[in-house]
This record gives sequence, structure tokens and C-alpha cells, in this order.
Amino acid sequence: MYTTSDLRKGLKISLDGDPYIITDFEFSKPGKGQALYKCRLRNMITGNAFDRTFRSSDKFEKPDLSERTMQFLYAQGDEFHFMDTRSYEQIVIMKEQLGDATNFLIDNMEVDVLLFNDRPIGVTLPNFVNLTVIRADPWVKGDTSGSDTKPVTVETGYVVQVPPFIEEGEKLQIDTRTGQYVTRVKE
Amino acid sequence: MSEAPGGLVMRAAVIRAVRAFFEGAGYLEVDTPLRLPSLAPEPHIVPQASGAWFLQTSPELCMKRLLARGYPKIFQLCHCFRQAERGRKHLPEFTMLEWYRAASDCHDLMAETERLLGVVAGALGSGGELVYRGQRIALAPPWERLTVAEAFIRHAPVSVEEALARGDFDEVLVQHIEPRLGVGQPTFLYEYPAALGSLARLKPGDPGVAERFELYLAGVELANGFSELTDPAEQRRRFVADQEAIRSQGRDPGPLPEKFLDELTAMPEAAGMALGIDRLVMLFADATAIDQVVAFTPEQL
Repeated sequence: MYTTSDLRKGLKISLDGDPYIITDFEFSKPGKGQALYKCRLRNMITGNAFDRTFRSSDKFEKPDLSERTMQFLYAQGDEFHFMDTRSYEQIVIMKEQLGDATNFLIDNMEVDVLLFNDRPIGVTLPNFVNLTVIRADPWVKGDTSGSDTKPVTVETGYVVQVPPFIEEGEKLQIDTRTGQYVTRVKE
Repeated sequence: MSEAPGGLVMRAAVIRAVRAFFEGAGYLEVDTPLRLPSLAPEPHIVPQASGAWFLQTSPELCMKRLLARGYPKIFQLCHCFRQAERGRKHLPEFTMLEWYRAASDCHDLMAETERLLGVVAGALGSGGELVYRGQRIALAPPWERLTVAEAFIRHAPVSVEEALARGDFDEVLVQHIEPRLGVGQPTFLYEYPAALGSLARLKPGDPGVAERFELYLAGVELANGFSELTDPAEQRRRFVADQEAIRSQGRDPGPLPEKFLDELTAMPEAAGMALGIDRLVMLFADATAIDQVVAFTPEQL
């Protein structure tokens, strides 16, 4: 159980049966009045955000959140199959719950799966992943059209802006937090 | 590592100017004890125990006892302690300026506060205005004076009566009204509902409101003042009601400040003001957090 004195940016609380993360927090107390705790909350399942003001007497449940390391096995339509690397238990996470993570998931990749009441609600990827370019327009030497980058498609189907010299078949390091190209990886 | 290296320099300059102002205005600087056996019961302030006594949440009662003993113009700069108050504008230990003036009322103190901030701004060379978080605030008097009832009509979706009946006066004030106070120039919010009068007397001829006022600059509450309540019987009634409110929260209200109540019979008509020095420095230093204008926050100790 949390009280209002525990509230701060980054704290995760349970509210109306859903897990929320506090993304912004302000303590206020009008003169001689009661303490008010204004929170910006983001639903960790739906991503919806809203403001809510609490009073000192309010209490909050800790959400039952856990993290397990899992290996991505394969995708079948919108179903993404993962395996717990310790228990070998297999689970399915739907594509819409994974969000942008599907841009960077390749077979056998290890990720941290976040579970709420033992139900998977999201994954944390490694900060950097290496992905192979499967489609790139050739670089025309002497092209002076002015563009410093060009789009290429990587094995997950994700399209990323890269320098013009990148070619099909090359491996790229991509930052999963920003979705941006970092460097070319030599193998 | 300080976020604003100028914070402490500005702080010292503000305190120097405040002292100069009060000395020039004929006030006596006093220094009352920080540890007290009993406090004014306040439903929304949680005191810090110090042995069997308490650290002061404000120097108000001791200063009023000095008024009763014949010191008509007194001021004090001191630390006050309030548990669990921590935020961008709050520290559980903060610095308060309080001053009391006999034979005066809240309107006299509003005018004196205008002069005080004028002197501080002059000493800091800020040219009759301050800029806080991009908002320019002109300090030339007279400042805006707005009653609580008018403020609700102007800025809130409900009237003050409705908010009191619904029990969300504080929420409406914080969400709808405070951000719109002290814009362009400082605002005195005054004539609080009698139920929120604290230690202020009721307005003569209009007992529905108390002669309590608050000063706002750029949405920041800077000071609170009263035409002081000098009726010991009424004061005791309010204290007992506040003790009851504290008990209903499951807290121990502690003993009543009986020596204060005894001496209140001898207190002259007076007005008093409490002003947060840290916030005053924040405003002049354009600091986003109170952390930037103190030497150490509790977290740094």
C-alpha cells in the first residue's frame, strides 16, 4: 500500500484495477488548506494519460508487476510467441500490445517481458539491436540531389533513414528507444 | 552542486533588504523560541515533534504574546517546520518572515507589503518589476485586490458557496484560480469565507467573511495575513473545533496553547503577515524550484 507521501515521478500504482505510472507530479497546498497531490498518470496497458489530484487521505495499491526474461520465438499473424528462458513456459503477446517493439523483434532475441497480474502487457528491448537491410535503393555516385539520408527496409519490415552508402545485405545497429540508425555493423 | 549558483547570493540580498525595510519602518526584530510545548491547532499542518515538545510551524503565537506585552511593531525571520510538505515550492523546513503591527488592519498590511516588495526590488536593482518564468510582473502599487467570492466568479466554474458545499474549495482554488492570480501585477486575494478564517477576525458588519488575505505573484502564493482575532472566547472556540478536525483525521492535536489564550485578552487590535522568504527569493531569482534558493534540501543532508 502506498500513501500520498510515496507519490513521485516514476512510481507505479494500481488504480481501478489497472497499472499506472506517474509521469508528472506536483505537490501543492493552498494557504491553510489541505495538501493536494496532482499527478499525470499513464495507463501502462492502454497508454492513455490523464491528470488526477489526490488528497492526503488517499491510499494506493501496489500493482502486481513482474518482469521475466523471455526469448522471442516467432510471429504468427498478430500473435507473437515468446518463451521464458528459465521455465521454458511459452506465452503469446498480441501485436497491438507490443506497439513499436515489433519493429525490432527478430527470432531468438531476448527481451524483458512486463507482466501485470501475470498477464503480459509490454516488453523492454535491448537498447541496441542489429538488423539486416533487405531492401535499399542503390547509391548513385555523384548524386548531388542534396539528401543526406535515404530510406531502407530492414528484416522486420521497419523502414529507417540511413546514410546513402548503406546497401542491401548490410547489418545496421539501431537504437530501439529512438528508432534511429546508429552505425553499420561489420561481421 | 547547485543548480543556480546565484541563489544564495540573491537570498542574502533579499534578507538584507527585508531587515533594512523593517528597521526603517520602526519595527523591532524579535527572536522567539523554535521549540514549543503547544501550538495553534491547524487541521492541515502536521507539526514535527521535538522530544515531548514541537518545532514551531509558525512564530505566530509567541509574536502575538509580545504584542500583548506592549511591543506594537515587531518582525521576525525564522525557520518553521511542517511535516511532509515537499514539492517544487515546499520544504519541510523553510524560512518565514512574520510581522505584526498594532492598531492596524489587513488593508494597512496590504499597503505595507507593497512598500516592502518595492524596497526589496529596489535593493536588488530589478527596476520596479520582476520576471518569473517568462511572466513580467509590475510591482508599482496599488496591486490588484480581489475578494475570494470575486475570484471564484471570475476564474472558477463554480461559486465559492458551491465549492464549500461540495468540499472542494482547495481543489478549485489550486486548479482554476491560483494560476490566474498575480499575472501582470501581484494580487491580494482577500475576504475568505468565515469557515476558512483561521486566526483572522470576521469582517465588521459582514460576519460571513474573515479579514484574511493571501498574496500571489505569478500564481505563487507568497504571503498570508490577517486582521487578527483578539477575542479569546472566539479564539478558543475555533481552536477546539480545529482540534476536533485533527482528531477526526486520527491525529493527536496536542494541548491547547493556554498561555497564549490567557494573554490574548491583553492583545491590542493588530494585523499580521507571514511571508515565505524562500519563495520571495525564488521569484526574484526566477528559480523554478525552491531547491535552488536554499543551501541544502533535506535530500542533500
